[in-house]
Amino acid sequence: MIPRWLYAPAAVGAAFLLLPLAAIVARVEWSEFFTLITSEASKDALWLSLRTSAMATLLCLLFGTPMAVVLARTSFPGQGVLRSLVLLPLVLPPVVGGVALLYTFGRRGLLGHELEVLGIQVAFSTTAVVLAQTFVAMPFLVVSLEGSLRTAGQRYEVVAASLGAAPTTVFRRITLPLVLPGLVSGSVLAFARALGEFGATITFAGSLQGVTRTLPLEIYQLRETDVDAAVALSLVLVVVAVLVIGFAGRQGRSLG
Amino acid sequence: MSLQLTATVDERGVEVDLEIGEGETLAILGPNGAGKSTVLAVAAGLLRPDRGRVVLEGRELTGPGTWVPPHDRRVALLAQEPLLFPHLGVLDNVAFGPRSNGASRRTSHEAARRWLGEVDAADLADRRPRQLSGGQGQRVAVARALAAEPRLLLLDEPLSALDVAVLPALRQTLKRVLAGRTTVLVTHDVLDALLLADRVVVMEDGRVAEAGPTAEVLERPRSAFAARIAGLNMVAGTWRDGAVEGIRGIASEPAPAEGDPVVAVFRPSAVSVFTSSPGGSPRNALAVTVTDLEPRGDQVRVRAGHLAADLTVQAAAELDLVPGARVVFAVKASEVAVYRR
Repeated sequence: MIPRWLYAPAAVGAAFLLLPLAAIVARVEWSEFFTLITSEASKDALWLSLRTSAMATLLCLLFGTPMAVVLARTSFPGQGVLRSLVLLPLVLPPVVGGVALLYTFGRRGLLGHELEVLGIQVAFSTTAVVLAQTFVAMPFLVVSLEGSLRTAGQRYEVVAASLGAAPTTVFRRITLPLVLPGLVSGSVLAFARALGEFGATITFAGSLQGVTRTLPLEIYQLRETDVDAAVALSLVLVVVAVLVIGFAGRQGRSLG
Repeated sequence: MSLQLTATVDERGVEVDLEIGEGETLAILGPNGAGKSTVLAVAAGLLRPDRGRVVLEGRELTGPGTWVPPHDRRVALLAQEPLLFPHLGVLDNVAFGPRSNGASRRTSHEAARRWLGEVDAADLADRRPRQLSGGQGQRVAVARALAAEPRLLLLDEPLSALDVAVLPALRQTLKRVLAGRTTVLVTHDVLDALLLADRVVVMEDGRVAEAGPTAEVLERPRSAFAARIAGLNMVAGTWRDGAVEGIRGIASEPAPAEGDPVVAVFRPSAVSVFTSSPGGSPRNALAVTVTDLEPRGDQVRVRAGHLAADLTVQAAAELDLVPGARVVFAVKASEVAVYRR
């Protein structure tokens, strides 16, 4: 039993979270909805968002998975500090992340000279969008996967090794399948975070239609010039978010 | 010697020196925290001893400057719980070892079916691990360990988490598949040691307190732990007319056949002592000569050779028991468990 009075603040909290969603739905000009979300600029932004978020999720998987395994399965001096730093983008204001990326990969950044020699121009390109999204989304995958790895424990891995499986075989055939639910929900969270990325993107990548202007940037751009289009695109992002949450929840239940 | 293991693990206060012959099963008995699991971890390559060597069939696995990783040792581990990989079916679980050692999918599946048959679990091949009972799961785990064709098998209390009802059958299966395999069996069950092991090592406080052939250690225990667990009465012999050496009892499944070597086991507290045969009751009556009387709190343990009976002090006094007295030990057939050896 929980104290009855808890229901009141709980209801207020729920209303506070749900009411703005209802407000968007109420504000949408349904007669023009499809025209608005299929304009050239909208389609560019949506397509760019999906492409870059997918790419960012892939990068998170490629580098975040090994990172989670190293953090969960080994111990070395300074590991605690490293873990905290890796998770920093979770709490860092994204615009600060964007500035940091600019001074890393920008022309006058830490690696700017080396990249320029190689003829690579990162800032204000689609690559910059992907990097910004990866920067903010990676910790979601690492946290989710490290938790799954710790919960799964090492007992199955020990058995597999005693049956003659080399470390790579154990990783591929035992470790990864066992943490698949965590891997899936971590990827979904990372994808959602990448899709919603705004601050780091606009700082590091700018806002150029079809190149760096993702859906959130497009909405921000339109909110004064074309409110109806901004609201329509916002609803698109809400729907995507709802789908993502539903998918992550179902994965968690069916696999976990 | 097939396995030589000497290890000192300072942190756990363990210092042991063991040898196992080719095809021999060694049981390690001992109280919790005696260092039994540490020995297994050293042999499996999960723990690096501070000092020591592990040599299996002439190949050094652990030693000063030598370290063979667990997957390369050909030492398979079977734990209390089956630990079947939950995302693989039973057949793929058993095929995991051969597959990891480079066998093709088909060859490894064939091997898996053969080993499942070996442990009487062929009908479980298409199940998922979560559809198995504890006993079935452990059977499959045995098949999986054997399918990896290990040179040394480590069993860490393999029967202790199982339902009592399935124990006798699984014990028989283990007995069959362990024959001729170099095995270390950690157990706290004296019956496991008696039925499965050729030799016993008793560990106490990280040291080997006692070692020798199983029957010898259990009949003449020198360490405190062995004495406590060996408190059971055991009569080994041949199964004839539903009795072993004239003692009737409840035979566990699978029932022994005429002429099978068996052992009858009963607790000293189940034994009553009479000065003359009670007669007319369904009890086993054994004429014995008292060799020793041993006070144990408010009880007296009456020893007669390798048999023992626990009586109250009052009952012992009334019977006027002294060493040399000829008495009758009586025990109900329902109190005697008979196992195939």
